[in-house]
Amino acid sequence: MSLQEQWIAFLTILQKEIKRFTRIWIQTLLPPAITMILYFVIFGKLIGSRIGDMGGFSYIAFVAPGLIMMAVLTNSYANVSSSFFSAKFQRSVEEILVSPTPNYIILLGYVMGGVARGMAVGLIVTLMSLFFTDLHIHNWFITTSIVLMTSILFSLAGFINAVYANSFDDISIVPTFILTPLTYFGGVFYSINLLPEFWQQVSVFNPILHMVNAFRYGMLGITDVHIGMAFTGLILCVVVLFAVGLHLLKTGKRLRA
Amino acid sequence: MTPALSLRNLRKVYNEKFEALKGISLDVMPGDFFAVLGPNGAGKSTTIGIISSLVRKTSGTVEVFGKNIDTDFSAAKKFLGVVPQEFNFSMFEKVEDIVLQQAGYYGLPRKQAEVQTEKYLKQLSLWDKRHTPARMLSGGMKRRLMIARALVHEPQLLILDEPTAGVDIELRRSMWEFLREINAAGTTIILTTHYLEEAESLCRNVAIIDQGVIVKNTSIKSLLQQLNKEVFIFDVQGNLQTLPSLAGHNVAQIDEHSFEVEVDKGQSLNAVFTQLTTQGFEIVSMRNKANRLEELFVSMVNANKDLASAAKNEVQS
Repeated sequence: MSLQEQWIAFLTILQKEIKRFTRIWIQTLLPPAITMILYFVIFGKLIGSRIGDMGGFSYIAFVAPGLIMMAVLTNSYANVSSSFFSAKFQRSVEEILVSPTPNYIILLGYVMGGVARGMAVGLIVTLMSLFFTDLHIHNWFITTSIVLMTSILFSLAGFINAVYANSFDDISIVPTFILTPLTYFGGVFYSINLLPEFWQQVSVFNPILHMVNAFRYGMLGITDVHIGMAFTGLILCVVVLFAVGLHLLKTGKRLRA
Repeated sequence: MTPALSLRNLRKVYNEKFEALKGISLDVMPGDFFAVLGPNGAGKSTTIGIISSLVRKTSGTVEVFGKNIDTDFSAAKKFLGVVPQEFNFSMFEKVEDIVLQQAGYYGLPRKQAEVQTEKYLKQLSLWDKRHTPARMLSGGMKRRLMIARALVHEPQLLILDEPTAGVDIELRRSMWEFLREINAAGTTIILTTHYLEEAESLCRNVAIIDQGVIVKNTSIKSLLQQLNKEVFIFDVQGNLQTLPSLAGHNVAQIDEHSFEVEVDKGQSLNAVFTQLTTQGFEIVSMRNKANRLEELFVSMVNANKDLASAAKNEVQS
């Protein structure tokens, strides 16, 4: 395939993915908006007003970046895992597998579809947050690059999950039992400085803590982790998961008999 | 001339246990209308799966118009259009989107993709349904949608895995007509089917696969010439009291109004009629018993089974 043909194939997958999640917007775009409003009202306004400042910002301003990041990563993951597994389940994935589309274009197409939904939800949640707090941007580059890389990383993870999944239950296990606990313990609602020394040490091994804090640094200029470490870790994870995704497509594991 | 499809020593072993293909080799020439016949589990769908890269081969080579599917993956796939046995499109997407997307996966520019989508949806009488989600289509429409989708990038080799399974007779005939037209326009077609009448009616050449080996690879014409007997069914006026005695022919009763007579190929039926008239049988109608190819197919598959069973016994003893 020429580069132009590959570009067309990539755009085809991306447009299909965007069309899919906008067609079912009641399942994909509305729930995170409502959930985040509830978080802002309960944690931000009702409880937050009694907590006081955190890291020099009001509690609602402190949690806003974490909530945006939480929405982005869960939706990026959910988009690719459900879309690719559904294509596998209905066997419509064979439409791409029989075509000359190279594996890396298939992977990029699905991942960018996940990023598109992650960004759309992130934007919606950011707009919702404006009803409750002011928008701070301390560093545009860090804010946008961290949110993009996080979205790419979780889209890749969603893809790998979908390849291995045998049933719809299998694509909900990781979000329910791994992603949600890691996110809640990932510094979305608190600074790890509030934790005892031991739990601070444990928290450092939670990758989501680094993403949330790096993003919070981009918005508010405060962080519990080293930004350089967060960037390096994110880039490494993206490269590794991309290689794993490509390997799965190349070997045809769970995709080709 | 470079074959449209060339298979060499193709083997597939599933889970290191079941050998679905035992080293088959096959050439299909450009412009051919080729049938692949075989009972369930013979290896037909595995062969198509390997050609379309949905099944990983254990060993052997596949070339499409001279392009190796391992080393020249992209070029080989552009030549190929595949209509699988099972529906494999998203049931939630609209007919037009499914076909347009397939064009996109082959790198067709949007304008060209739209023109070709319209062309094939119209040819397959699906244009009026272009905005309908696939799940709302009837079984026959879904089959036609898969053909339109396989043709949208205008492949030179079209492979159909039992395309008319479960399709009513009228629709089957119209699909045959359509396939004949695209074959006449230059597309090489390979068809697997359970309807032997379909192969006899459409195809020029045939390969019969059984238990992972090709037991016959020849033209339909020469295959049919191998039939040396035909069976005719005679319906008589009133109830059949006794069977006629026909010298040199096997006769068997079917029901109280009809019987069948085995006749050597090329032998005149006049002698049969003379004897029936002499014995007082009043014939009201006569027909050929079954699809001729079907008889031959069954005899070949049975012969292959006997051979395999004999070889197994020999090994065991």
